[in-house]
Amino acid sequence: MEPMYTGSYQVAKDDYTSAGHASADIKRQLKQIGVSGDVLRRVAVASYEVELNLVIHSLGGELTLNVYPDCVQLVSSDVGPGIPDLNMAMKEGYSTASEMARSMGFGAGMGLPNMKRNADDFNIESTVGVGTTITMGFHLR
Amino acid sequence: MTIADMVAVLNAKVLVGGDKLDTPVYTACCSDLMSDVLAFVDEKTVLITGLTNPHVVRTSEMLDLKCLVFARGKIPTDDILQSADDQGLVVLATKLTAFSACGVLYEMGLRGVPVPVQWDQEDK
Repeated sequence: MEPMYTGSYQVAKDDYTSAGHASADIKRQLKQIGVSGDVLRRVAVASYEVELNLVIHSLGGELTLNVYPDCVQLVSSDVGPGIPDLNMAMKEGYSTASEMARSMGFGAGMGLPNMKRNADDFNIESTVGVGTTITMGFHLR
Repeated sequence: MTIADMVAVLNAKVLVGGDKLDTPVYTACCSDLMSDVLAFVDEKTVLITGLTNPHVVRTSEMLDLKCLVFARGKIPTDDILQSADDQGLVVLATKLTAFSACGVLYEMGLRGVPVPVQWDQEDK
């Protein structure tokens, strides 16, 4: 099914200054479409977490918002480096974030678990040397 | 209590959002770790922090927080305050440390955001 609305955002590696702009825009767009309350908040948090992950961990990537009549979908797709141990990465408190990320108040190893907690559907696929794709779904009714 | 009551007990400067001081507040959280705030805060609440980078305001925006309090006399830069103003946040600055700020607010009746915490051994 074709989405009612699609928006794509490029997210650059180590761009801490712009990190969050895509998620702020995603939140604005969804608000305009009429998404509100708990779902809006969960999408915003998960989007911000995944956007930060692109900045902190990836070599760069793209964040895509798809809105369907019954669901909001976020897809984060990067060009590497890939996650060697997905089980560890999904564990609360496990982090490979840089000092820079930590000095900004992140890198506590809560990102992926928090995305999973906020999304109704969560899927992550990663290949070392290729990249990581995270797909999250949020039910609208 | 209202944000205006917070201003009084913290002897705070109102940096942004002076027109919203009558907003009622019931809970607060205190952290310099935005990862934790994003993971555990479920309410439109107050955040007391010593961190003054733009991500404090962005985190507040994602969570729809009501009010930010910068402790230890720290004041963020104008562009950060502008973005807080754009999203309708109230921003205060107090000379108190985060610990003391939490203490006086607790004494005034503000309570911590409920956070579900379990020890590993309790899960079993």
